[in-house]
Amino acid sequence: MSHRQTGSPTRDADTHHQAYRLIGGAGDAAFAAGLVNAVWYKCPVPRAVMKALMQRSDAAALRDTFIWYGLIVGSGGLAWLAWRANSAWAIPAFFLYGTLYCSPADARWHECGHGTAFKTRWLNDFVYQLASFQVFRRATVWRWSHARHHTDTLIVGRDPEIAVRRPTDWAALLLNVVALKHVANELRKMIGAAFGNIGAEEETFVPESEWPKVKREARITLLIYGVVILACAASNSILPLLFIGLPSLYGAWLYLYFGLTQHAGLPENVLDHRKNCRTIEMNPVFRFLYWNMNYHVEHHMFPMVPFHALARLHETVKHDMPPPYGSTLAAYAEIIPALIRQTRDPSFHVVRPVPKAP
Amino acid sequence: MTQWIDAGAFDDIEEEDVVRFDHAGRTYAIYRVEGEVYASDGLCTHEHAHLCDGFVMGHVIECPKHNGRFDLRDGRALCAPVCENLTTYPAKVEAGRILIEV
Repeated sequence: MSHRQTGSPTRDADTHHQAYRLIGGAGDAAFAAGLVNAVWYKCPVPRAVMKALMQRSDAAALRDTFIWYGLIVGSGGLAWLAWRANSAWAIPAFFLYGTLYCSPADARWHECGHGTAFKTRWLNDFVYQLASFQVFRRATVWRWSHARHHTDTLIVGRDPEIAVRRPTDWAALLLNVVALKHVANELRKMIGAAFGNIGAEEETFVPESEWPKVKREARITLLIYGVVILACAASNSILPLLFIGLPSLYGAWLYLYFGLTQHAGLPENVLDHRKNCRTIEMNPVFRFLYWNMNYHVEHHMFPMVPFHALARLHETVKHDMPPPYGSTLAAYAEIIPALIRQTRDPSFHVVRPVPKAP
Repeated sequence: MTQWIDAGAFDDIEEEDVVRFDHAGRTYAIYRVEGEVYASDGLCTHEHAHLCDGFVMGHVIECPKHNGRFDLRDGRALCAPVCENLTTYPAKVEAGRILIEV
Protein backbone atom coordinates (compact mmCIF):
# COMPACT_ATOMS: atom_id res chain seq x y z
CA MET A 1 0.00 0.00 0.00
CA SER A 2 1.30 3.45 -0.73
CA HIS A 3 0.31 7.01 -0.26
CA ARG A 4 1.13 10.42 -1.56
CA GLN A 5 0.93 13.22 0.98
CA THR A 6 -1.21 16.13 -0.12
CA GLY A 7 -0.50 19.78 0.41
CA SER A 8 3.24 19.29 0.39
CA PRO A 9 4.60 20.86 -2.77
CA THR A 10 7.65 19.28 -4.34
CA ARG A 11 10.76 21.34 -3.76
CA ASP A 12 14.19 20.88 -5.19
CA ALA A 13 16.54 18.29 -3.77
CA ASP A 14 18.82 20.74 -1.98
CA THR A 15 15.99 22.43 -0.13
CA HIS A 16 14.64 19.07 0.92
CA HIS A 17 18.00 17.77 2.10
CA GLN A 18 18.65 20.94 4.12
CA ALA A 19 15.60 20.11 6.22
CA TYR A 20 17.46 17.09 7.63
CA ARG A 21 20.20 19.23 9.15
CA LEU A 22 20.23 19.27 12.92
CA ILE A 23 21.21 22.93 12.82
CA GLY A 24 19.05 25.15 10.62
CA GLY A 25 16.93 22.24 9.45
CA ALA A 26 13.33 21.34 10.18
CA GLY A 27 13.96 20.65 13.87
CA ASP A 28 12.25 23.83 15.08
CA ALA A 29 9.19 23.10 12.96
CA ALA A 30 9.12 19.56 14.34
CA PHE A 31 9.29 20.94 17.86
CA ALA A 32 6.45 23.37 17.17
CA ALA A 33 4.40 20.49 15.78
CA GLY A 34 4.88 18.49 19.00
CA LEU A 35 6.99 15.84 17.30
CA VAL A 36 10.12 16.23 19.45
CA ASN A 37 10.60 13.94 22.44
CA ALA A 38 6.96 13.03 22.02
CA VAL A 39 4.87 10.16 23.34
CA TRP A 40 4.87 7.25 20.87
CA TYR A 41 2.34 4.49 20.51
CA LYS A 42 3.09 1.32 22.47
CA CYS A 43 1.31 -1.99 22.10
CA PRO A 44 -0.18 -3.03 25.44
CA VAL A 45 1.91 -5.75 27.10
CA PRO A 46 1.18 -6.95 30.65
CA ARG A 47 3.93 -5.97 33.09
CA ALA A 48 4.67 -9.59 34.06
CA VAL A 49 5.13 -10.56 30.41
CA MET A 50 7.34 -7.56 29.75
CA LYS A 51 9.45 -8.31 32.81
CA ALA A 52 10.05 -11.82 31.51
CA LEU A 53 10.98 -10.49 28.07
CA MET A 54 13.43 -7.94 29.50
CA GLN A 55 15.47 -10.54 31.39
CA ARG A 56 19.18 -10.34 30.55
CA SER A 57 21.65 -13.13 29.99
CA ASP A 58 25.28 -13.39 28.96
CA ALA A 59 24.89 -16.85 27.46
CA ALA A 60 23.32 -16.07 24.06
CA ALA A 61 25.55 -13.09 23.35
CA LEU A 62 28.73 -14.91 24.47
CA ARG A 63 27.87 -17.89 22.27
CA ASP A 64 27.17 -15.69 19.26
CA THR A 65 30.24 -13.52 19.84
CA PHE A 66 32.57 -16.52 20.00
CA ILE A 67 31.01 -17.97 16.85
CA TRP A 68 31.30 -14.62 15.10
CA TYR A 69 34.94 -14.05 15.94
CA GLY A 70 35.63 -17.71 15.18
CA LEU A 71 34.22 -17.19 11.71
CA ILE A 72 36.25 -14.01 11.26
CA VAL A 73 39.48 -15.77 12.28
CA GLY A 74 38.64 -18.82 10.14
CA SER A 75 37.82 -16.83 7.01
CA GLY A 76 40.83 -14.60 7.65
CA GLY A 77 43.04 -17.69 7.82
CA LEU A 78 41.69 -18.93 4.51
CA ALA A 79 42.23 -15.51 2.95
CA TRP A 80 45.82 -15.42 4.22
CA LEU A 81 46.56 -18.91 2.87
CA ALA A 82 45.08 -18.03 -0.52
CA TRP A 83 47.04 -14.76 -0.59
CA ARG A 84 50.28 -16.59 0.26
CA ALA A 85 49.60 -19.08 -2.54
CA ASN A 86 48.92 -16.25 -5.00
CA SER A 87 45.57 -17.88 -5.62
CA ALA A 88 42.55 -16.09 -7.10
CA TRP A 89 40.62 -17.72 -4.26
CA ALA A 90 41.98 -14.88 -2.16
CA ILE A 91 39.27 -12.64 -3.67
CA PRO A 92 36.23 -14.58 -2.43
CA ALA A 93 38.05 -15.44 0.79
CA PHE A 94 38.69 -11.78 1.57
CA PHE A 95 35.14 -10.93 0.51
CA LEU A 96 33.87 -13.43 3.06
CA TYR A 97 36.33 -12.23 5.71
CA GLY A 98 35.46 -8.56 5.15
CA THR A 99 31.74 -9.22 5.20
CA LEU A 100 32.03 -11.10 8.50
CA TYR A 101 34.39 -8.48 9.95
CA CYS A 102 32.20 -5.48 9.14
CA SER A 103 28.53 -6.25 8.58
CA PRO A 104 27.63 -8.19 11.75
CA ALA A 105 29.56 -5.52 13.65
CA ASP A 106 26.76 -3.08 12.81
CA ALA A 107 24.25 -5.20 14.71
CA ARG A 108 26.73 -5.79 17.60
CA TRP A 109 27.44 -2.07 17.76
CA HIS A 110 23.70 -1.49 17.93
CA GLU A 111 22.72 -4.08 20.52
CA CYS A 112 25.72 -3.50 22.79
CA GLY A 113 25.09 0.25 22.54
CA HIS A 114 21.69 -0.34 24.07
CA GLY A 115 23.39 -2.35 26.80
CA THR A 116 21.01 -5.25 26.34
CA ALA A 117 23.12 -7.85 24.50
CA PHE A 118 25.00 -9.06 27.57
CA LYS A 119 23.89 -9.04 31.16
CA THR A 120 27.37 -7.97 32.23
CA ARG A 121 27.85 -4.29 31.57
CA TRP A 122 31.57 -4.32 30.76
CA LEU A 123 30.99 -6.99 28.11
CA ASN A 124 28.49 -4.70 26.38
CA ASP A 125 30.98 -1.83 26.53
CA PHE A 126 33.90 -3.97 25.35
CA VAL A 127 32.11 -5.46 22.34
CA TYR A 128 30.62 -2.03 21.62
CA GLN A 129 34.09 -0.54 21.22
CA LEU A 130 35.31 -3.45 19.06
CA ALA A 131 32.24 -3.35 16.85
CA SER A 132 32.38 0.45 16.50
CA PHE A 133 35.96 0.15 15.27
CA GLN A 134 35.08 -2.62 12.82
CA VAL A 135 32.15 -0.72 11.34
CA PHE A 136 34.13 2.56 11.36
CA ARG A 137 32.09 4.66 13.74
CA ARG A 138 33.07 7.16 16.43
CA ALA A 139 31.88 5.05 19.33
CA THR A 140 30.67 7.69 21.74
CA VAL A 141 29.23 10.00 19.08
CA TRP A 142 27.20 7.18 17.60
CA ARG A 143 26.01 6.04 21.02
CA TRP A 144 24.43 9.44 21.49
CA SER A 145 23.19 9.78 17.91
CA HIS A 146 21.40 6.48 18.37
CA ALA A 147 19.73 7.71 21.56
CA ARG A 148 18.41 10.64 19.50
CA HIS A 149 17.31 8.23 16.76
CA HIS A 150 15.20 6.43 19.35
CA THR A 151 13.75 9.62 20.81
CA ASP A 152 12.85 11.15 17.44
CA THR A 153 12.76 8.29 14.96
CA LEU A 154 12.56 9.69 11.41
CA ILE A 155 11.65 13.15 12.68
CA VAL A 156 13.17 15.43 10.06
CA GLY A 157 15.72 17.86 11.50
CA ARG A 158 16.09 15.82 14.68
CA ASP A 159 17.07 12.25 13.79
CA PRO A 160 20.75 12.09 12.77
CA GLU A 161 20.40 8.49 11.55
CA ILE A 162 17.95 8.82 8.67
CA ALA A 163 19.65 6.55 6.13
CA VAL A 164 17.71 7.58 3.03
CA ARG A 165 16.81 11.22 2.77
CA ARG A 166 14.31 12.54 0.28
CA PRO A 167 14.56 12.92 -2.60
CA THR A 168 16.56 9.73 -2.90
CA ASP A 169 20.28 10.33 -3.33
CA TRP A 170 21.20 7.31 -5.44
CA ALA A 171 24.87 8.26 -5.69
CA ALA A 172 25.14 8.27 -1.90
CA LEU A 173 23.38 4.92 -1.68
CA LEU A 174 25.63 3.34 -4.29
CA LEU A 175 28.77 4.73 -2.67
CA ASN A 176 27.66 3.26 0.63
CA VAL A 177 27.46 -0.24 -0.82
CA VAL A 178 31.16 -0.13 0.01
CA ALA A 179 30.70 2.50 2.76
CA LEU A 180 32.64 5.14 0.80
CA LYS A 181 30.42 8.08 1.73
CA HIS A 182 30.14 6.89 5.31
CA VAL A 183 33.86 6.31 5.86
CA ALA A 184 34.87 9.52 4.08
CA ASN A 185 32.54 11.46 6.36
CA GLU A 186 33.57 9.58 9.50
CA LEU A 187 37.28 9.87 8.76
CA ARG A 188 37.03 13.61 8.30
CA LYS A 189 35.12 13.98 11.55
CA MET A 190 37.40 11.56 13.37
CA ILE A 191 40.44 13.61 12.43
CA GLY A 192 38.62 16.75 13.57
CA ALA A 193 37.70 15.09 16.87
CA ALA A 194 41.30 13.99 17.43
CA PHE A 195 42.22 17.69 17.30
CA GLY A 196 39.38 18.65 19.64
CA ASN A 197 36.67 19.58 17.14
CA ILE A 198 33.69 17.45 18.10
CA GLY A 199 31.56 18.85 15.26
CA ALA A 200 28.78 21.46 15.40
CA GLU A 201 25.92 19.01 14.85
CA GLU A 202 27.44 16.44 17.19
CA GLU A 203 27.63 19.05 19.93
CA THR A 204 23.83 19.32 19.77
CA PHE A 205 23.34 15.73 20.93
CA VAL A 206 26.58 14.68 22.67
CA PRO A 207 26.83 16.21 26.16
CA GLU A 208 29.98 18.19 26.91
CA SER A 209 30.97 15.73 29.64
CA GLU A 210 31.44 13.12 26.89
CA TRP A 211 33.64 15.22 24.61
CA PRO A 212 36.96 14.12 26.16
CA LYS A 213 35.95 10.52 25.45
CA VAL A 214 35.18 11.41 21.83
CA LYS A 215 38.65 12.93 21.42
CA ARG A 216 40.41 10.01 23.11
CA GLU A 217 38.62 7.40 21.01
CA ALA A 218 39.38 9.30 17.80
CA ARG A 219 43.06 9.47 18.67
CA ILE A 220 43.28 5.78 19.57
CA THR A 221 41.42 4.76 16.40
CA LEU A 222 43.63 6.90 14.16
CA LEU A 223 46.73 5.58 15.95
CA ILE A 224 45.68 2.01 15.18
CA TYR A 225 45.14 2.84 11.51
CA GLY A 226 48.49 4.64 11.48
CA VAL A 227 50.19 1.47 12.76
CA VAL A 228 48.42 -0.63 10.11
CA ILE A 229 49.54 1.75 7.36
CA LEU A 230 53.10 1.68 8.69
CA ALA A 231 52.92 -2.12 8.63
CA CYS A 232 51.89 -1.91 4.97
CA ALA A 233 54.82 0.37 4.22
CA ALA A 234 57.25 -1.81 6.15
CA SER A 235 56.07 -5.01 4.46
CA ASN A 236 55.59 -3.35 1.07
CA SER A 237 52.17 -5.00 0.96
CA ILE A 238 48.53 -3.99 1.26
CA LEU A 239 47.85 -7.16 3.23
CA PRO A 240 47.65 -5.50 6.70
CA LEU A 241 45.03 -3.05 5.41
CA LEU A 242 43.08 -5.87 3.81
CA PHE A 243 42.73 -7.36 7.30
CA ILE A 244 42.21 -4.16 9.32
CA GLY A 245 40.73 -1.03 7.78
CA LEU A 246 39.58 -1.89 4.29
CA PRO A 247 37.07 -4.52 5.48
CA SER A 248 35.06 -1.59 6.89
CA LEU A 249 34.56 -0.66 3.23
CA TYR A 250 34.46 -3.82 1.20
CA GLY A 251 32.52 -5.71 3.87
CA ALA A 252 29.84 -3.07 4.42
CA TRP A 253 27.41 -4.18 1.72
CA LEU A 254 25.50 -6.62 3.92
CA TYR A 255 24.76 -4.20 6.73
CA LEU A 256 23.47 -1.75 4.16
CA TYR A 257 21.30 -4.52 2.72
CA PHE A 258 19.88 -5.24 6.17
CA GLY A 259 19.83 -1.67 7.42
CA LEU A 260 17.88 -0.11 4.56
CA THR A 261 14.95 -2.37 5.37
CA GLN A 262 14.49 -0.69 8.75
CA HIS A 263 12.91 2.58 7.61
CA ALA A 264 13.54 3.30 3.89
CA GLY A 265 10.45 4.48 2.04
CA LEU A 266 8.36 4.75 5.21
CA PRO A 267 6.79 7.99 6.47
CA GLU A 268 8.67 10.69 8.31
CA ASN A 269 7.26 12.73 11.20
CA VAL A 270 4.83 10.15 12.55
CA LEU A 271 4.68 9.03 16.20
CA ASP A 272 4.01 5.34 15.68
CA HIS A 273 6.84 2.87 15.09
CA ARG A 274 4.40 0.54 13.35
CA LYS A 275 4.23 3.12 10.57
CA ASN A 276 7.91 3.99 10.17
CA CYS A 277 9.72 0.69 10.91
CA ARG A 278 9.66 -2.71 9.24
CA THR A 279 9.57 -6.15 10.81
CA ILE A 280 10.74 -8.86 8.43
CA GLU A 281 10.81 -12.63 8.67
CA MET A 282 14.42 -13.68 8.06
CA ASN A 283 16.23 -16.98 7.84
CA PRO A 284 18.36 -18.14 10.81
CA VAL A 285 21.66 -17.18 9.14
CA PHE A 286 20.49 -13.61 8.53
CA ARG A 287 19.07 -13.46 12.04
CA PHE A 288 22.44 -14.49 13.47
CA LEU A 289 24.34 -11.94 11.39
CA TYR A 290 21.78 -9.22 12.07
CA TRP A 291 21.15 -10.18 15.69
CA ASN A 292 17.38 -10.24 15.25
CA MET A 293 17.11 -6.60 14.25
CA ASN A 294 14.67 -7.80 11.62
CA TYR A 295 12.14 -7.36 14.46
CA HIS A 296 12.62 -3.67 14.08
CA VAL A 297 9.18 -2.37 15.03
CA GLU A 298 9.36 -4.38 18.24
CA HIS A 299 12.88 -3.14 18.97
CA HIS A 300 11.94 0.52 18.56
CA MET A 301 8.81 0.18 20.63
CA PHE A 302 10.53 -1.75 23.44
CA PRO A 303 14.29 -1.13 23.29
CA MET A 304 14.80 -2.84 26.65
CA VAL A 305 14.04 -6.26 25.23
CA PRO A 306 17.33 -7.98 24.28
CA PHE A 307 17.93 -9.42 20.83
CA HIS A 308 17.45 -13.01 22.01
CA ALA A 309 13.89 -12.26 23.22
CA LEU A 310 12.67 -10.28 20.22
CA ALA A 311 11.08 -13.29 18.52
CA ARG A 312 9.03 -13.92 21.68
CA LEU A 313 8.12 -10.22 21.86
CA HIS A 314 7.00 -10.40 18.23
CA GLU A 315 4.65 -13.27 19.10
CA THR A 316 3.29 -11.27 22.03
CA VAL A 317 2.41 -8.12 20.09
CA LYS A 318 1.89 -9.28 16.51
CA HIS A 319 -1.89 -8.99 16.77
CA ASP A 320 -1.40 -5.23 17.18
CA MET A 321 1.23 -4.88 14.46
CA PRO A 322 1.17 -4.70 10.67
CA PRO A 323 1.90 -8.12 9.18
CA PRO A 324 5.65 -8.77 8.88
CA TYR A 325 7.28 -8.96 5.46
CA GLY A 326 7.84 -12.56 4.40
CA SER A 327 11.47 -12.08 3.45
CA THR A 328 14.12 -9.43 2.93
CA LEU A 329 13.49 -9.59 -0.81
CA ALA A 330 9.79 -9.00 -0.18
CA ALA A 331 10.73 -5.84 1.71
CA TYR A 332 12.95 -4.70 -1.17
CA ALA A 333 10.10 -5.29 -3.61
CA GLU A 334 8.45 -2.41 -1.77
CA ILE A 335 11.54 -0.34 -0.92
CA ILE A 336 13.11 0.00 -4.37
CA PRO A 337 9.95 1.24 -6.16
CA ALA A 338 9.32 3.58 -3.20
CA LEU A 339 12.81 5.07 -3.42
CA ILE A 340 12.46 5.45 -7.21
CA ARG A 341 9.18 7.27 -6.66
CA GLN A 342 10.71 9.46 -3.94
CA THR A 343 13.45 10.52 -6.34
CA ARG A 344 10.92 12.69 -8.18
CA ASP A 345 8.23 12.94 -5.51
CA PRO A 346 9.71 13.44 -2.02
CA SER A 347 6.24 13.58 -0.48
CA PHE A 348 5.55 9.96 -1.35
CA HIS A 349 5.80 7.25 1.29
CA VAL A 350 4.66 3.71 1.93
CA VAL A 351 1.69 3.27 4.26
CA ARG A 352 1.71 0.25 6.52
CA PRO A 353 -1.57 -1.49 7.39
CA VAL A 354 -1.69 -0.65 11.10
CA PRO A 355 -4.47 -2.41 13.03
CA LYS A 356 -7.19 -0.10 14.24
CA ALA A 357 -7.51 0.47 17.96
CA PRO A 358 -10.28 -1.69 19.48
CA MET B 1 9.92 20.60 55.53
CA THR B 2 9.75 16.92 54.68
CA GLN B 3 7.07 14.49 55.68
CA TRP B 4 6.53 10.75 55.54
CA ILE B 5 3.70 9.82 53.25
CA ASP B 6 1.97 6.53 52.55
CA ALA B 7 2.96 5.23 49.12
CA GLY B 8 0.94 2.00 49.11
CA ALA B 9 1.11 -1.59 50.24
CA PHE B 10 4.49 -3.30 50.22
CA ASP B 11 2.91 -6.53 49.01
CA ASP B 12 1.61 -4.77 45.90
CA ILE B 13 5.15 -4.61 44.53
CA GLU B 14 6.75 -7.78 43.25
CA GLU B 15 10.28 -8.62 44.28
CA GLU B 16 12.83 -6.88 42.01
CA ASP B 17 10.27 -4.57 40.47
CA VAL B 18 9.16 -0.95 40.38
CA VAL B 19 5.81 0.84 40.50
CA ARG B 20 4.71 4.40 39.91
CA PHE B 21 3.44 6.58 42.74
CA ASP B 22 1.99 10.05 42.15
CA HIS B 23 1.67 12.58 44.96
CA ALA B 24 1.08 16.33 45.09
CA GLY B 25 1.70 16.82 41.39
CA ARG B 26 4.92 14.82 41.36
CA THR B 27 5.64 11.31 40.19
CA TYR B 28 7.86 8.85 42.04
CA ALA B 29 9.24 5.37 41.42
CA ILE B 30 9.00 2.89 44.29
CA TYR B 31 11.26 -0.17 44.15
CA ARG B 32 11.35 -3.48 45.97
CA VAL B 33 14.70 -5.30 45.96
CA GLU B 34 15.81 -8.10 48.28
CA GLY B 35 12.94 -7.35 50.62
CA GLU B 36 13.89 -3.68 50.96
CA VAL B 37 12.02 -0.67 49.63
CA TYR B 38 13.57 2.31 47.82
CA ALA B 39 12.14 5.49 46.29
CA SER B 40 13.28 7.95 43.66
CA ASP B 41 11.95 10.54 41.28
CA GLY B 42 9.71 8.83 38.79
CA LEU B 43 11.16 10.37 35.64
CA CYS B 44 14.51 9.71 34.02
CA THR B 45 16.96 12.63 34.23
CA HIS B 46 17.85 12.24 30.54
CA GLU B 47 14.52 12.59 28.76
CA HIS B 48 10.87 12.28 29.66
CA ALA B 49 10.36 8.61 30.50
CA HIS B 50 8.65 6.98 33.47
CA LEU B 51 11.06 4.68 35.28
CA CYS B 52 8.12 2.51 36.39
CA ASP B 53 8.16 1.09 32.86
CA GLY B 54 11.85 0.25 33.26
CA PHE B 55 13.69 -2.86 34.29
CA VAL B 56 15.08 -3.56 37.77
CA MET B 57 18.28 -5.62 37.85
CA GLY B 58 19.43 -5.98 41.43
CA HIS B 59 19.93 -2.46 42.69
CA VAL B 60 19.94 -0.97 39.20
CA ILE B 61 16.97 0.61 37.41
CA GLU B 62 17.21 0.80 33.62
CA CYS B 63 15.20 3.50 31.85
CA PRO B 64 12.75 2.11 29.26
CA LYS B 65 13.51 4.76 26.67
CA HIS B 66 17.28 4.70 26.12
CA ASN B 67 18.52 2.04 28.55
CA GLY B 68 20.30 4.54 30.80
CA ARG B 69 20.92 3.09 34.26
CA PHE B 70 20.84 4.39 37.83
CA ASP B 71 21.75 2.84 41.15
CA LEU B 72 18.36 2.97 42.78
CA ARG B 73 19.88 3.13 46.29
CA ASP B 74 21.57 6.50 45.84
CA GLY B 75 20.47 7.63 42.36
CA ARG B 76 23.95 7.54 40.81
CA ALA B 77 23.92 7.69 37.01
CA LEU B 78 25.78 4.55 35.89
CA CYS B 79 25.99 4.74 32.11
CA ALA B 80 25.12 6.77 29.03
CA PRO B 81 22.86 8.29 28.01
CA VAL B 82 22.18 9.35 31.58
CA CYS B 83 24.70 11.81 33.03
CA GLU B 84 22.67 13.45 35.78
CA ASN B 85 22.02 11.59 39.04
CA LEU B 86 18.49 10.67 40.05
CA THR B 87 17.03 12.15 43.25
CA THR B 88 16.24 9.45 45.80
CA TYR B 89 14.12 9.60 48.94
CA PRO B 90 14.22 7.76 52.27
CA ALA B 91 11.76 4.87 52.28
CA LYS B 92 10.64 2.31 54.85
CA VAL B 93 7.93 -0.27 55.48
CA GLU B 94 5.70 -0.06 58.54
CA ALA B 95 2.82 -2.44 59.15
CA GLY B 96 2.94 -3.51 55.52
CA ARG B 97 2.70 0.05 54.21
CA ILE B 98 5.42 1.84 52.27
CA LEU B 99 6.36 5.24 53.63
CA ILE B 100 8.56 7.68 51.74
CA GLU B 101 9.96 10.95 53.04
CA VAL B 102 9.40 13.77 50.59
